[in-house]
Amino acid sequence: MNVIMTENTENLNTEDKIAEKYKLQTKDVNVFYGDFQAIKEVSMNIKPNSITAFIGPSGCGKSTFLRLFNRMNDYIEDFKMEGKIKIDDTNIYKNKIQLEQLRKQVGMVFQKPNPFPKSIFENVAYGLKIQGIKDKKLIAARVEKALVQADLWNEVKDNLNKSALTLSGGQQQRLCIARTLAVEPSILLMDEPTSALDPISTAKIEELIHQLKKEYTIIIVTHNMQQAARISDYTAFFYMGELIEFDKTKKIFTNPDKKRTENYITGRFG
Amino acid sequence: MRKIKEFVIEKSLLSSALVTIAVTVGIISVLAFEAFSFFQEVSIVDFFTDTQWTPLFTKKHYGILPLLTGTLLTTFIAISVALPIGLSISIYLSEYAPKSFRKTIKPLLELLAAVPTVVYGFFALVVVTPFLQQFIPGLSGFNSLSAGIVMGIMIIPFVSSLSEDALFAVPKALREASYGMGATRLQTAFKVVVPAASSGIIVSIILAISRAIGETMIVAIAAGQQPRLTLDPTVPVETITAYIVQVSLGDVPHGSLEYKTIFAAGITLFAFTFLLNTLSFRIRKKFREKYD
Ligand SMILES: Nc1ncnc2c1ncn2[C@@H]1O[C@H](COP(=O)(O)OP(=O)(O)OP(=O)(O)O)[C@@H](O)[C@H]1O
Ligand SMILES: [Mg+2]
Repeated sequence: MNVIMTENTENLNTEDKIAEKYKLQTKDVNVFYGDFQAIKEVSMNIKPNSITAFIGPSGCGKSTFLRLFNRMNDYIEDFKMEGKIKIDDTNIYKNKIQLEQLRKQVGMVFQKPNPFPKSIFENVAYGLKIQGIKDKKLIAARVEKALVQADLWNEVKDNLNKSALTLSGGQQQRLCIARTLAVEPSILLMDEPTSALDPISTAKIEELIHQLKKEYTIIIVTHNMQQAARISDYTAFFYMGELIEFDKTKKIFTNPDKKRTENYITGRFG
Repeated sequence: MRKIKEFVIEKSLLSSALVTIAVTVGIISVLAFEAFSFFQEVSIVDFFTDTQWTPLFTKKHYGILPLLTGTLLTTFIAISVALPIGLSISIYLSEYAPKSFRKTIKPLLELLAAVPTVVYGFFALVVVTPFLQQFIPGLSGFNSLSAGIVMGIMIIPFVSSLSEDALFAVPKALREASYGMGATRLQTAFKVVVPAASSGIIVSIILAISRAIGETMIVAIAAGQQPRLTLDPTVPVETITAYIVQVSLGDVPHGSLEYKTIFAAGITLFAFTFLLNTLSFRIRKKFREKYD
């Protein structure tokens, strides 16, 4: 993995003044997989306690971009990134940043539910235990809180020791959300979290995302235009690695500036 | 024409399968038959309770226990060596090593299993034992310790290769989930990947045990040929396999009781390895169902 830092002090000062308004800032970000450029010069600022949807055709770089925020791409051998990404004013691609600290702050929910082959309780307690928390009462309380937040508590409270793999797909995904919430991050990254689920589970999770907005800054990748329109405050439209348009969701869906955005949203290409 | 060719190929494939089955059945029935006739002369209770094995001496005893403990002792030492090393290697290769390194090192490791066991045997006898004698003064020239250690080295690839396959097969999504919550590589390896691969790891250990129990050359050369009921790793012992070699190479008259002891010992060995193989087969089947 290679990170090339562009240190531009002049820019930093002016940025600093507005920085507190934003939870997350990216500047001139490029991503390469070997010779292939997957993200091209993307700059974007995201406000705290907002829901941002990433939309765009398959392969346009949504997941790649999302996974920059918790440095999940670092495990890809020929991954390389340029530019700057700041969370709460910290450049997360600085060499001395601690990945473990970063990921406690930036939680992620994946496309396919991926519970550990452990009990329901152990799944949710995992993030706490790896932090070295031993206080059983505290862990139990945090597990319950997270399961309540994820709207799963009532369904599993009598079976906390059952294997997580016995849950339905929708329940598993809510368990994965609970597992992430238990660590108490401030940012939630969700990569098509409902694409493997039925409409009822999907509705539940959308409702949940709406609730979570009070405490979290949420970014969600989705292929479902209605979903983006329903739940997000801001929408970013990507096309072939470029950020074509980024604005209030209402604006993007009613009166986008770019023809490409309009075409995609109305289903004329994709 | 084509039809005839297909027919010939199909039938010859079928016949080689049948030959294999026939040979296996043949071996088992000879083993069972000779063992049965042995147990008509020696009581099965004595066989399992007598603490001496001296069928070649004038004062004859037919207690399998000394051979059994010899076998289990060397196997235990071998596994104590192979398990930690093999498992560490497999975790390193699957969780830490770059892809290219993994690709070159795996076949190299498997070479360990391809070295002729007679070479290992001499290595144990002329290198490991003298070396250990510098630290353990009472160590006999033949002992189960060096035989076990060297056997352990030989079976490292059995543990590491199969475990590594099992670890590598754990879905990437589980690792990502763990990293995503702030776990380190080490935590992810030991709290998520190893437990998820546990059935595959257990199978690899069972197969390694089974291989160690059946190993002949190393123990015959380096552990000595003195049946002795002991758990002391510094003195000479004899394993079931070493005894079988000793008698087969000797001039025991065909059909005599001494001759039949081979089959009694052999069927005991067979019972062990059969049990272990069945166990690993069961676990593997269950494992496969879990991931489908
Ligand atoms: N590990 C990788 N190595 C090389 N190229 C990759 C890798 N991962 C993704 N890519 C390429 O980068 C581009 C962006 O991929 P990404 O997964 O970010 O797209 P996406 O917008 O999330 O697509 P989808 O909607 O299908 O999930 C694609 O062209 C893809 O082929
Ligand atoms: Mg994607």
